[in-house]
Amino acid sequence: MTQITPEILTNKTPESPPNPPNWLRYFSFSTDHKVIGIQYTVTAFFFFLVAGIFAMIIRGELITPEADLVDRTVYNALFTMHGTIMLFGWMFPVLAGLANYLVPLMIGARDMAFPRLNAAAFWMVPFFGMMFILSFLVPGGPAQAGWWSYPPVSIQNPSGQWLNGEFLWLLAVALSGVSSIMGAVNIVTTIVRMRCPGMGWFKMPIFVWTVLAAQIIQLFGLPALTAGAIMLLCDLSFGTTFFDPAQGGDPVLFQHFFWFYSHPAVYVMILPVFGIFSEIFPVYARKPLFGYKVVAVSSLIIVALSAVVWVHHMFASGTPDWMRMLFMISTMLISVPTGIKVFAWVATIWGGKLRLDSAMLFALGGLINFVFSGITGIMLSSTPVDIHVNNTYFVVGHFHYVIYGAIVFGLYAAIYHWFPKMTGKMYYEGLGKLHFWLTFIGTSLNFIPMHPLGLMGMPRRVASYDPEFAFWNFIASIGAFILGMSIIPFLVNMVASWLSGPSAPDNPWRAIGLEWLVSSPPDVENFEEIPIVISEPYTYGTSEPLTENMGG
Amino acid sequence: MKFKTILNLVAIAITLGAISIGIGQLSYSWLPPQASVESQLIDNLFSFLVTLGTFIFLGVTGTVMYSILFHRAGRYDLSDGPPIEGNVTLEIVWTAIPFLLVLWIAVYSYQTYMEMSIRHPMEMAHMPMAKAIAPAYAEPMDEAVEPMTNIEVEAKQWAWVFHYPEKNITSTELHLPVDRRAHLILRSLDVIHGFYIPAFRVKQDIIPQKNMDFEFTPIRTGKYRLRDSQYSGTYFAAMQADVVVESKEDYQQWLEEAAKRTPSAAPNEAASEYALREEKSAESAWVTVVPASEPIVNYHP
Repeated sequence: MTQITPEILTNKTPESPPNPPNWLRYFSFSTDHKVIGIQYTVTAFFFFLVAGIFAMIIRGELITPEADLVDRTVYNALFTMHGTIMLFGWMFPVLAGLANYLVPLMIGARDMAFPRLNAAAFWMVPFFGMMFILSFLVPGGPAQAGWWSYPPVSIQNPSGQWLNGEFLWLLAVALSGVSSIMGAVNIVTTIVRMRCPGMGWFKMPIFVWTVLAAQIIQLFGLPALTAGAIMLLCDLSFGTTFFDPAQGGDPVLFQHFFWFYSHPAVYVMILPVFGIFSEIFPVYARKPLFGYKVVAVSSLIIVALSAVVWVHHMFASGTPDWMRMLFMISTMLISVPTGIKVFAWVATIWGGKLRLDSAMLFALGGLINFVFSGITGIMLSSTPVDIHVNNTYFVVGHFHYVIYGAIVFGLYAAIYHWFPKMTGKMYYEGLGKLHFWLTFIGTSLNFIPMHPLGLMGMPRRVASYDPEFAFWNFIASIGAFILGMSIIPFLVNMVASWLSGPSAPDNPWRAIGLEWLVSSPPDVENFEEIPIVISEPYTYGTSEPLTENMGG
Repeated sequence: MKFKTILNLVAIAITLGAISIGIGQLSYSWLPPQASVESQLIDNLFSFLVTLGTFIFLGVTGTVMYSILFHRAGRYDLSDGPPIEGNVTLEIVWTAIPFLLVLWIAVYSYQTYMEMSIRHPMEMAHMPMAKAIAPAYAEPMDEAVEPMTNIEVEAKQWAWVFHYPEKNITSTELHLPVDRRAHLILRSLDVIHGFYIPAFRVKQDIIPQKNMDFEFTPIRTGKYRLRDSQYSGTYFAAMQADVVVESKEDYQQWLEEAAKRTPSAAPNEAASEYALREEKSAESAWVTVVPASEPIVNYHP
């Protein structure tokens, strides 16, 4: 059994500085995991909006076949920075924020294992995030080689300047990697060492399982990307030739470094969202999670498989036959543990008592979108089909369905679900539903047309295209603008509710979980008395209490 | 399970199956014309995946939609659902069936891949005798002895140039005789480019400093597009060329006519766009790699 050390943590309280006023805490070097969690989330939303505006300009360019809105160099910079900031500025930080906020509460701990490391990891985010944005001001403009930054394109450096966009880009990506590794060390340690008495592995909520799985990927995968980025930086600025084919380097080697992390990175993003689905469906269907243990273990199977699929991004890169076939099969196998989860959620909802609040709507929409993207994913894993659609809009449609359709939907679900806990205020349900429908319609209109475009042979990353692609691009652009507008009711709802929403009770959704046994928002120390867990996490429909000393 | 439930399930499965097969057939129309042997093989595989995918998608989302429509809690209903925690049989079934489906898809994909036998440098490097033990091609046996169309493809930022060693001519339009296997040697002078003809469903990245062997068989006359599929910098989107597949006679005639022409500068979108940009000295643009000048070739459209 895991033993925790709450005494050590409580002992720290006297030496910590007096608490600054409430709102100012969020701008300080706070070591409270809840403050850091919200800092991460709000910072991430800023970058989400920035990269979202880039996306709207990109779709504005693509609404007509000609390259007529911005110069091609500007277009290339925009799609590069859209992808980069969305991943490193929005996706990883917002997930780190949710994990930071929820994991200690869910496992009955008073804080993370290393609170100062936690704050340091967070404060790197606005730093490297601003590096991405400020790179628009250096001579030659920001990086224009796509978020893959494949050499030799990425090291051509036409400006001839030492301080160029690509240099800042690589530095910021490396810093982001360091920040994420720091976060991963902290989260894994917290989950392994700081669970409250009674919380064995198979009493942990699925969200904690999936966060653990995702952070293990960060630990084994990120060093490869960070090393690749540093070698590329040396090629760019210090005259080495690791990846320069003209001087004996191998550009394909960089692709291996890059995808060794960047494919598992997709699981870093989606595993916690699987956790969110697993938390939300039982609450709003009033039923236990179907097959809890299998769902928990399947996360770890996904982690293992995710380490051996990266070459499926390189089927057209001049890879040998054996590599293509091996990685095709390993990629396809991922659908088995993933399918187990999908079927478990469907069975959880089946025969339940569904309540379609905003969180549930987003979770259901995310589930449907995920099934769709999973099916196009299987098509992509098949080498012959991939050779046709590789690097076309089919891939763009597929991964936007994963990232927006499933992951962002899941994140919205999580924010609605835990908003009362985080702020102590209730949000406005009507605005939440409006937000859902705008998002769902926008997502469908924006990303479905990308699939026929890719099948017809439209390459990704183009600023101009043949007139035969005009119809679907027009629809996609309209969808993108609706998607852009969909954020407005969300922001209005969040800001207005936080400032002057009705007070939230401790447990507005009648949910089971340690976080719902404490006040909304929780006290600085989370738990006055460390809970002792005695039952499994999803006991809906029974009257079993969750803890020995706090009820539930 | 009651007999009526089983009957209902069978009826639903048959309906879903019929819809899925219909969509699977429809999926051929989502793709460009089938202009190569490879495209037929890939389209059949794709149609199969669409059929299977439609069945799974409709099955899962149909079940979810049924729950959403018929398992809603009433406004004042605060009760819980039945505390069902799992069902081992069901869980084994829904692990085993996807596993078998995956094997099926993998075997089908593998077979298709072997039939396509797309070539690439690694294989050529390690197996110099590859020709002798070549896998069965999809085209008739006599095709194997007929000589292949040999073309050298040169990719640079941002132009395609095709060299026909047979008559020693160059062109910015790719001409191919129909029903004869084409053997291309792909070369790049600067960065990685991608050789992609959607109507042929074939694609190969061109790694600089390497000769990439590449083969396919056009089977339908007509005009198609060749696009750069691997992002290659500023004028990446403009790096396209026409592909003309014609009868063997027309092809020979074209070769001979092109050989008579004196080489001249071919129009190039990247070069002309760049010249225009420099003329305007546009301020809303960043410095770029300068496009290669217009290629001097025997034939250009």
